[in-house]
Amino acid sequence: MIDEVRTMPTAVQPQLMRWSVVLPGLAALAVALVLPQFANAYVTEVATTALLYVVLCLGLNIVVGYAGLLDLGYAAFFAVGAYTSGILTAEFGFNFWLTIPVAMVAACVAGIIIGAPTLRLRSDYLAIVTLGFGEIVRIIARNLDITGGASGLIGIERPEIFGFKLMQVQHFYYAFLVLALLTAFVCLSVERSRMGRAWFYVRYDEDAAAGIGINRVTAKLQAYMMGAVIASVAGCLYAAKMTAISPESFTFNQSLLILLGVVLGGMGRIPGVVLGAVLVALLPEVLRGAGTYRPLVTAVALLAIMLFRPNGLWPDKRV
Amino acid sequence: MALLEVRDLRLSFGGLKVLHDISFSVEKGAINSLIGPNGAGKTSLFNCLTGFYKPKGGSISLGGRPITGLPPHRITALGLARTFQNIRLFKEMTVLENAMSGQHCRSRHGIMSAILHLPAQRREEETIRTAGMRWLDFVGIEQHAHRRAGGLSYGDQRRLELARALASAPELILLDEPAAGLNEREKLDLVDLIRRIRDETGVTVLLIEHDMGLVMQVSEKIVVFDYGQKIADGPPEAVRADPRVIEAYLGTEE
Repeated sequence: MIDEVRTMPTAVQPQLMRWSVVLPGLAALAVALVLPQFANAYVTEVATTALLYVVLCLGLNIVVGYAGLLDLGYAAFFAVGAYTSGILTAEFGFNFWLTIPVAMVAACVAGIIIGAPTLRLRSDYLAIVTLGFGEIVRIIARNLDITGGASGLIGIERPEIFGFKLMQVQHFYYAFLVLALLTAFVCLSVERSRMGRAWFYVRYDEDAAAGIGINRVTAKLQAYMMGAVIASVAGCLYAAKMTAISPESFTFNQSLLILLGVVLGGMGRIPGVVLGAVLVALLPEVLRGAGTYRPLVTAVALLAIMLFRPNGLWPDKRV
Repeated sequence: MALLEVRDLRLSFGGLKVLHDISFSVEKGAINSLIGPNGAGKTSLFNCLTGFYKPKGGSISLGGRPITGLPPHRITALGLARTFQNIRLFKEMTVLENAMSGQHCRSRHGIMSAILHLPAQRREEETIRTAGMRWLDFVGIEQHAHRRAGGLSYGDQRRLELARALASAPELILLDEPAAGLNEREKLDLVDLIRRIRDETGVTVLLIEHDMGLVMQVSEKIVVFDYGQKIADGPPEAVRADPRVIEAYLGTEE
């Protein structure tokens, strides 16, 4: 029976059936649930950042891992969410929860504006365009009055839920944990559906996919928009946690870090991506002891991972 | 009226004329073949029919509906499926997932219903899977359903391409050199399979093939190409006897 399950393909046989994924997953969830009860504020803060990266990496994984589109400007959608929510609560007194659907719509619109004309391009051209898009969004945020210019936006309202105000780092930790679990559930549902398969068909052979009846531009656009929506929701919660955001949180470096998480863990499948995201968030903290050598040690560690595990730490073992 | 009508089809790449005013038709329920020496323009014609190339002029209609210049996915949805000369499977995915891909244009549920796990979406997934298994069974590789498609034997990969195309519920299926690389035994099976496609599912078949024995055996009508022009069109016996064909094509076979 075990052998049989193991030879089953991940997309056909529900991934939940595989013990090699379920057991570590449950263990990680158990640790995640109780962590703030035992950890100090610093550890909880780092863990919250890790959860933010889990959400962002899962979102980017839809674009890069499922649909095979190299996106170098993903932080732009994160920025769209953070600024939409920040401006609406700080300047217009919106309720935080109401800003989430607005940010989702804004991300969709941004996704269509950038995606519709460019998704016909093949991968490397697309990478250049998304790179430009990421920079455009950041520079716009730097130069508009409503976004607070280079110094950014301050005084973003803390969200309330049933009269309870999210204030401490533990509160935001659990908020991000809920968001991460929700995102993982959404990704898992879509991955095993008709559209999810269509993304994989397009990723593996675009022409064959078109020849079998898949509208490749629509499929890519949907992946791109879904990734954008996830990043924007993460942005909303990020803005609420920080209460202040500035264009420097949404640089090309940020886009690269998210992409690094996806590639490092093993793009395409959820467990690997989650692992990669956590690593990206933890590595700088773990290596704090290295002092000024930290960037060097980080680079060497990353190179080693890519050399010895070219498909990621927990690669997509399809079939 | 014929199922597929091609009229005065022209195609050129820059200054190079690939197809010159090609006209022919395929009747519903027929098995027809396109033959011609390498570089005669057969695959280019297939690429025009399936929307991968945009013809310079002329018209193509399927079941009376014009399909000239439509994108490939629209043409597939209208009932014209194809296989590729060099097998183009989704190698990293399972055999069943490959077969299920054909059902994409026959189903409709999107991202939202998948996230919400709507009952209608679950049922549709089941239908897609059942259809995939049915066509794997039809071509005889259902026992490999959960294997990686790239790991199948060459002959089984060709069968899978057929199953995938059939799963899109076509009216007409275009097979681009289906016998290439098959041994004699596999070729016999293929002849049988092509006949079963027509007889059991009613799908019309148009194939490009170099294996003359196979072509003469299965086709009711043969269209012969040379240098982008149609030089003959008729039943196998007539084509075989046509002096232009012997000169241009069979003559080169020694």
